[in-house]
Amino acid sequence: MSDTTYTGVLDLAAGAFLLVAVLIVWRRDLRATVRLLAWQGAALAVLPFSEGVLRHEAAPIVVGLAILVLRGGVLPVLLGRAVSTEPRERRESAPLVNTTASLLVVAALTVLAYAVTRPIIALSPTPTTRAVPAAFAVILIAVFVLVSRRRALSQAVGFLMLDNGITATAFLIAAGVPLIVELGASLDILFAVIVLGLLAGHMQHTFGGTDLDQLRELRD
Amino acid sequence: MNALAAVGAVVQVGGVLAGAPFVVGGMKQVRARLEGRSGGGIGQPWRDLRKQLRKQQLRPTGTTVVFRVAPAVAAGSALLIAAIIPLVTLGSPLDSSADLFGVVGLLFLGTVALTLAGLDTGTAFGGMGSSREITIAALVEPTILLAVFALSLPGHSANLAAIVSAASGDPAQALALGSVLAFVALVIVIVAETGRLPVDNPSTHLELTMIHEAMVLEYSGPRLALVEWASGMRLTVLLGLLANLFLPWGIAGAEPSLLGLLVGTAAIAVKVAVLALALAAVEVFIAKLRLFRVPELLAGSFLLALLAVTASSFLASAR
Repeated sequence: MSDTTYTGVLDLAAGAFLLVAVLIVWRRDLRATVRLLAWQGAALAVLPFSEGVLRHEAAPIVVGLAILVLRGGVLPVLLGRAVSTEPRERRESAPLVNTTASLLVVAALTVLAYAVTRPIIALSPTPTTRAVPAAFAVILIAVFVLVSRRRALSQAVGFLMLDNGITATAFLIAAGVPLIVELGASLDILFAVIVLGLLAGHMQHTFGGTDLDQLRELRD
Repeated sequence: MNALAAVGAVVQVGGVLAGAPFVVGGMKQVRARLEGRSGGGIGQPWRDLRKQLRKQQLRPTGTTVVFRVAPAVAAGSALLIAAIIPLVTLGSPLDSSADLFGVVGLLFLGTVALTLAGLDTGTAFGGMGSSREITIAALVEPTILLAVFALSLPGHSANLAAIVSAASGDPAQALALGSVLAFVALVIVIVAETGRLPVDNPSTHLELTMIHEAMVLEYSGPRLALVEWASGMRLTVLLGLLANLFLPWGIAGAEPSLLGLLVGTAAIAVKVAVLALALAAVEVFIAKLRLFRVPELLAGSFLLALLAVTASSFLASAR
């Protein structure tokens, strides 16, 4: 793989990564957002994979494959199983910020991400660091999803997106994370999602819904 | 610039004039066939135009000169755009007089003329249609400007011929992320600007869904013919522009030969036909959006255009 092809693949993957985050904000159907999350995982996996192919190293390729399996497959499937079959539960209830406003907020966040990461790019202007703003924008968008959604599962999607964004930023800035660190972080995420899925299931069983706004206080 | 370039510009205007009703007719025919009806044939809009042009000229009581000149302004601005933009040849004599921003302004001029005419009639429908149209136009405008900005970055110019020749010089550019995003944003914008589904339904006269039709409800006879012709020409011109901005195959150069002009004409006819038929085929499967959800769609297209700008300016500046 040549350098220009690598730059092209990297830009395309980073762009798709950001685009999927935007689409997650746009869509309200929980199943659709979970499917989109799988695509985001796949786009994330391309980053270390292409780097490994470029440098002929095995470790980034292994990391890429692990990310593809975990974030493109296992986690979305786990979340997808937690999406209730009840039609009322399948859609996000009216969000705190309406869709038009959230899309504009996302636009502002993207610009903010570019503004904030300028010093990082100035440190070493390579194709890899140039894609950092896309990953950073995903982090900001994920935080926005976390605070503006009401259903437990949409917040779990936001949480996973946040982690995807952090991982992507780490890859792009540090040109790869040690394999052992990546595996540890992934294992953490896996357990977190399993616990979140269990909790959502319990909430639904006990209260008949996962709308977090209705949970005003904790009782014994 | 040679004499053939001027001939090319004339071919563009004539082609848009003659071809626009066929584009509309073809889209209606595709829709009819996909819905299981036999349809009126591709030439039906031409027959309608001929019938309406023969009718008596009527003027609603109380309307002013605004109402009378609006169809001419709308049609004139569409024809002027057809003369400026590179459809058949890159060397149109008017090309240097207006860049893509100028074209967007001309497009908006036609919209505003019809909006004022809708207000001029003083009817409830006219006012309602105008208010909806101008709401959508105000939301569409920033998206177009951003998408234009994204497209003008690779060619380092907002001049249309420069953008198109930059795109034909580097075919891989059409698949770059910025271009793809700008393409999607522009498609949404064109759908909104020409009043097609899912923003407006061009084939209905239902009170709740009307936008464009409500505005021109008071027109009849030759003026109605001109209004419909103008909206067909807008659609044709925009589809042609979209095709050439992203896939400028076959377009004649700045110094065209006779063969180049013929190839360019055939290429743009095929491209517009394919785009129009694809648009009509997609329209069969979608319903009209609620008016209050249209801003959501347009905000989405604005965001896509913004991402297109960021993608083509930040990511691609390494090359």
